[in-house]
Amino acid sequence: MADMALSVAEVAKLADLARIELSDEELARLAPQLDLILQSVAEVSEVAGADVAPTSHAVPMENVFREDVVRPSQSVAAALSGAPVAEDGRFRVPQILGEE
Amino acid sequence: MSDDLLPLAEVYARYEPVLGLEVHVELNTASKMFCSCATEFGAEPNSQTCPVCLGLPGSLPVVNAKAVESAIRIGLALNCEIASWCRFARKNYFYPDMTKDWQTSQYDEPICFNGYLDVEVEGEVFRVPVERAHMEEDAGKLLHLGGATGRIQGADYSLVDYNRAGVPLIEIVTKPVFGTGPKAPQVARAYVSALRDIVRALGVSDVRMEQGSLRCDANVSLMPIGATELGLRTETKNVNSLRSIERALSYEIQRQGAILADGGKVKQETRHWHEEGYTSPGRSKETAEDYRYFPEPDIPPIAPSREWVEELRATLPEAPAARRRRLQSEWGFTDAEFRDIIGADALDLIADTVALGCTPAAAKKWWLGELARRANDAGLELDALAITPAQVAELQSLVAAGTINDTLARQVIEGVLSGEGSPGEVVATRSLAIVSDDGALLEAVQAAIAANPDAAASIKAGRQQAIGALIGAVMRTMQGKADASKVRSLIMESLS
Repeated sequence: MADMALSVAEVAKLADLARIELSDEELARLAPQLDLILQSVAEVSEVAGADVAPTSHAVPMENVFREDVVRPSQSVAAALSGAPVAEDGRFRVPQILGEE
Repeated sequence: MSDDLLPLAEVYARYEPVLGLEVHVELNTASKMFCSCATEFGAEPNSQTCPVCLGLPGSLPVVNAKAVESAIRIGLALNCEIASWCRFARKNYFYPDMTKDWQTSQYDEPICFNGYLDVEVEGEVFRVPVERAHMEEDAGKLLHLGGATGRIQGADYSLVDYNRAGVPLIEIVTKPVFGTGPKAPQVARAYVSALRDIVRALGVSDVRMEQGSLRCDANVSLMPIGATELGLRTETKNVNSLRSIERALSYEIQRQGAILADGGKVKQETRHWHEEGYTSPGRSKETAEDYRYFPEPDIPPIAPSREWVEELRATLPEAPAARRRRLQSEWGFTDAEFRDIIGADALDLIADTVALGCTPAAAKKWWLGELARRANDAGLELDALAITPAQVAELQSLVAAGTINDTLARQVIEGVLSGEGSPGEVVATRSLAIVSDDGALLEAVQAAIAANPDAAASIKAGRQQAIGALIGAVMRTMQGKADASKVRSLIMESLS
């Protein structure tokens, strides 16, 4: 663990980008764990040769398209049914901070 | 505004502006990018949503074939290469207008790349290199409430309408544009204008800047003349008209010039354009890294076959620049006259009017004269005036037939613009047709001569210019509804 690929500061930044609040104790505990995962992935990468293409999709498919045809949407009530708060047919969200 | 500005001439004497333009084009597909919800503008809020565009867990996006086709056609029209294989990517960020907390976009594998667009400014051609054109989706619309003026600053909360979420967008990004010198703002404007013409000719978007179906973010930086390293740039958003692009860039160039000339450092940031004529700082730009892009696992790769690409290439309309050259020679206008037409954004309007039988000269006269003046007075773009090319063609046919003269035609235009119907209808309801009854005309001529004995005597004595007063008197009596050349000959006959 002496040579960590992922520093506590990097984990803190990722947590911030992901809007997850972590205490110093949690950061100290999670950073080494995430680092271990990264190291394991790195070992797999070493095994995979140049002849193995990186996989981004589970199934080997291409060009899965649909025609440009409109189909009925759900009702406004259904759309809003999962909203914590709705107002005036719209989703109501708290004050947006830290943005111009 | 309190920004220090360096006069443009001084900026250009010391610095080279470098442009970068990002244009978002909203496609006019019937359905959204990844689901079958309608894209219609102005529908009841949240009535055009489904689990896919609301980003609900377990929903599966499926790509709209027409959107891919439109992306490829735009790329081909911009002289781009078309990727033989590419993927969508997730651009991760949190903002209430994004339902999924990522935007489905493309990252390092855009569908179109490495193109260019030639634009002309005052007879000089500039090649604007296009880095990429990629597919992505639009976000929802926010309404900020509480606080003052509906702005996000000071708002208590916001309401979201996701009808626009998932509407297909094509983002077209230039490479840094060098070598424009003092023409940088004009080149930027000409580029967006040419791009709009191309996209409109392709028929893949409404490209109306004022409605947001074409949006431009204008990047600019300055570097000392002779330098090779790019300066720090700003990205100005909220530039909603061609004129604003030019103005916003001129402003930024002067603002950055003042900072650099003072030995300062430009802050790399997003800025907002205000129509009052200045920019203000927005948020500091997040780096690409912070978006944590990764390939979209739910959408299989796009691999357009070369056959499909060539099929689409065959559907491209005549390139706008070639069309302009053709129309100019067909219409027989000089370079200067044609530049006026382009500058007034009247090319399509005049072309449509000519196609309906009007002469090019008359079409130009109306659109660049009376109509341009009225659009300007009303603060409207020319094509937003409430008169169609067909109505202008009809107006001119009434003039050509002698039913009305140019003066009456202006009243007809006023009638059409205020919703009184077609030119023919306005002529009828306002009784504007020229009086062809010789008896009535002759009576007015006699009366004018009797009332202006001095003028009549002058004409008899051979001083032709005095006839103006008599013609004017007759036209007043006839309330303008007379053919001036006919009035002239009747006066001459009466006095001979």
